[in-house]
Amino acid sequence: MFFTDIIQETYLALMANKARSGLTILGIVIGIGSVIAMVSIGQGVQSSITSSIESLGSNLIMVQPGTQRGIGSQVSSGRGSSQTLTLADAEAVKQQISLVGNVAPEASSRYQITAKGTNTNTQVVGTTTAYSIVRNVSVASGVFISDQNVNNSAKVAVIGPTVRVDLFGEGVDPLGKTIKINKIEFKVIGMTKEKGGSGFSNQDDMIFIPISTAQKFLTGNDYLSTMSIQAVDEKSMTELQNQVSALLLSRHGITDPTKADFSIMNQADIVSSMSTVTQTLTLLLGAIAGISLVVGGIGIMNMMLTTVTERTREIGLRKAIGAKKKDITVQFLSEAVALTFIGGVIGIILGWLASLAMTRFAGITTTVSIPSVFLAIGVSGAIGIIFGYYPAWRAAKLNPIDALRYE
Amino acid sequence: MIDCKNIVKTYSTGSISTTILKGVSFKIEEGEFVAIMGPSGSGKSTLMNILGLLDAPTSGEYYLDGHDVSKLNDDELADIRKNKIGFVFQSFNLLKRTTVLRNVMLPLVYAGVKSKEREKIAVAALIHSGLEKQHYNHFSNQLSGGQMQRVAIARALVNNPSLILADEPTGNLDSKTGEIVLGTFQDLNEKQNRTIILITHEREVAEYTNRIITIRDGEIVEDKKNSRRKAGSVSRP
Repeated sequence: MFFTDIIQETYLALMANKARSGLTILGIVIGIGSVIAMVSIGQGVQSSITSSIESLGSNLIMVQPGTQRGIGSQVSSGRGSSQTLTLADAEAVKQQISLVGNVAPEASSRYQITAKGTNTNTQVVGTTTAYSIVRNVSVASGVFISDQNVNNSAKVAVIGPTVRVDLFGEGVDPLGKTIKINKIEFKVIGMTKEKGGSGFSNQDDMIFIPISTAQKFLTGNDYLSTMSIQAVDEKSMTELQNQVSALLLSRHGITDPTKADFSIMNQADIVSSMSTVTQTLTLLLGAIAGISLVVGGIGIMNMMLTTVTERTREIGLRKAIGAKKKDITVQFLSEAVALTFIGGVIGIILGWLASLAMTRFAGITTTVSIPSVFLAIGVSGAIGIIFGYYPAWRAAKLNPIDALRYE
Repeated sequence: MIDCKNIVKTYSTGSISTTILKGVSFKIEEGEFVAIMGPSGSGKSTLMNILGLLDAPTSGEYYLDGHDVSKLNDDELADIRKNKIGFVFQSFNLLKRTTVLRNVMLPLVYAGVKSKEREKIAVAALIHSGLEKQHYNHFSNQLSGGQMQRVAIARALVNNPSLILADEPTGNLDSKTGEIVLGTFQDLNEKQNRTIILITHEREVAEYTNRIITIRDGEIVEDKKNSRRKAGSVSRP
């Protein structure tokens, strides 16, 4: 028996029962299609979270003041609320550690902002020029805070595009306008480019002012809320984290690292911990869709068992004229695999279209990855073999005498 | 060509065992046209299954073309069936919704004949079986009983077997069509020197062969030449 014979036999057998074959294929189409669509949602979420974390800047280490709970201590004030980091710490990090590319200290808090007749409540970040490099912020119009602004404690502000809309309205040029932060007047000197981020770190909804101004007029103290440190390259991240930790511990006079009064977060750590969450999400979505794939597989087995029963006499005849067990097994197995393969290909196309439709009409980010497509093809083939094997085996072990007599 | 020595077949269901064939011995030479005749339950079908290598005897020896084939496994038996035996069944056993040509070519598929050569061989077999050309591309279920049996005969011939086994080939046909089918067998026997064994329960049918082996209760009761052979209809339908 040649391969072309198997293809031909399979084609004729499937065409002999078009409706039944079609419905069985549909089961696999739904299974594979939903796996592709669901996994694409999971991977879409993953890539959008990863890219939004990466939009914060690259090779970042964030130092936040705060108490890591010491032994016996039950109370923790939230991170960023305690006052342990100073501008001097930031300077020291920048001067003493060679792996540091740039340091952007921040003193930020939420304030009520007013302009002529409008007001909003948003995050005001006191920082330095380095912030625009470290956190990957660029201005759409005007300029960012300069070193001179910081030295002079100038009352100037760079606003995000969302703040612009809230205070002045869409399309209005904010440059040169005056806003009041906590009743103190600031002059708008620039507006940042839209980043489109959302959620916990929306840089479009922020106001940047010189750190000296923030400490002098708004917070009234010398402490920082965050320090963003950029490593010179990706390889030195871990080493940098260790060095920063050691330097700050010695500056703060702490010998036991478990009692550090600050915490260090590595951007890679954040990405990887978010990835764990989204991978679990992907797995969950895939598993739910996988159930329908299993149901589709059972449909294949059901159809094949019916087919074997119906064609018992034919199997008997084939054996009488010289078909071996292997020939019969291959014939029925290839029917099952053909069903799942056709279903798999259509399912991939439909699943792909479904994920494109979700992105277009529901605004959900989806990513169909090539590995998931190959995985789907592999899984559908495997389902054909697994669920087709038992019926094929039953066909092959039929006794030709009984099979020929079967009514 | 066929040499059966003391063939015994016992079926056991649970603790009860029934002996269907009780030591059957006979020889069939090449080119013979033999009827194995007996009432139902006589063991003739069991004997045919053993002769056709669809079943193995419980004891005894069966030599086909000089080879002992009574102790081979399923796949080895399938190989011999493929090369040496052609079957014609009472109920034709053609594949439905499949053309006449494809039905006849089916044994060639398992014999590994190249697809280009198959049609030529199949057409030659169909000419010998006497089916008209216009039916070659019809579906098997569009044919009459006589035509279907001719397709089945062509299928049995296509591998050029040394033995053709026909199990009640006229059982589902009216007497006139049956006569034509039997005439075809006579033709194949005389003109091509084919060895044909015909299994039947009707003396009427057995009369068309050259030798009648009568079997009853698992034993051969009579084995004689049939000198007054009836002539089958040679006219093509």
